[in-house]
Amino acid sequence: MTVPITIRLQEADFDLAHEVAALSRGRTDIGAVVTFSGICRGDEDGEAIAALTLEHYPGMAEAEIARHAEEAVSRWPLTGITVIHRYGRIVPGENIVLVVTASSHREAAFQGAEFLMDYLKTKAPFWKREEGASGSGWVDAHDRDDTAAARWAKP
Amino acid sequence: MKVLYFAWVRERIGKAEEALDPPAAVATVADLIAWLSQRGEEYAYAFEKPKVIRAAIDRMHVNQDTAIAGAREIAFFPPMTGG
Repeated sequence: MTVPITIRLQEADFDLAHEVAALSRGRTDIGAVVTFSGICRGDEDGEAIAALTLEHYPGMAEAEIARHAEEAVSRWPLTGITVIHRYGRIVPGENIVLVVTASSHREAAFQGAEFLMDYLKTKAPFWKREEGASGSGWVDAHDRDDTAAARWAKP
Repeated sequence: MKVLYFAWVRERIGKAEEALDPPAAVATVADLIAWLSQRGEEYAYAFEKPKVIRAAIDRMHVNQDTAIAGAREIAFFPPMTGG
């Protein structure tokens, strides 16, 4: 069976419970669903944040996420994937990103979700601009995200 | 070819995209960055640390030593900060 993969880039918010239900409704082959939500924090290194604005590369962002979803399916026995990434202006407390992975057993679902998030952080063409108390600026990439993604590299 | 800029690369250059026809001697992504840097202060500023710049050809990540021959769309951007 083809594994259902849903990828959406949108300005609008999403509903986690709705997305999990949409992935698992009517199916009895799913024994585990893992969800990860990335949420806009209200501070960064002690400085208050008023909002984040996410810019993306339309066309490439979808394609890049799809490539990694296909890779996740080839590496773990996943039975469904949903990835939603928002763009535009997002205020603290709001959702930024959702990854849902389904499988017969939890291990694949956990690992698939972690793999997808690590790659979204470092390879998906999105850029965050922060509005803080002392002005606004582009968020720097973190070495720790590259380190997290590197552990999934194939030898 | 169509050249796209994102995030602070776009802001520094002051445009999101343009059509360019570099000379044949511009063979790789690194060559294109060097050629663009000569086009004006805003380009020199955007590409002042060329090693930081990431590139994609036809919507696939590429290294700077990749040849640009045949590319329809080349994008330049900072390291990604999504998720």
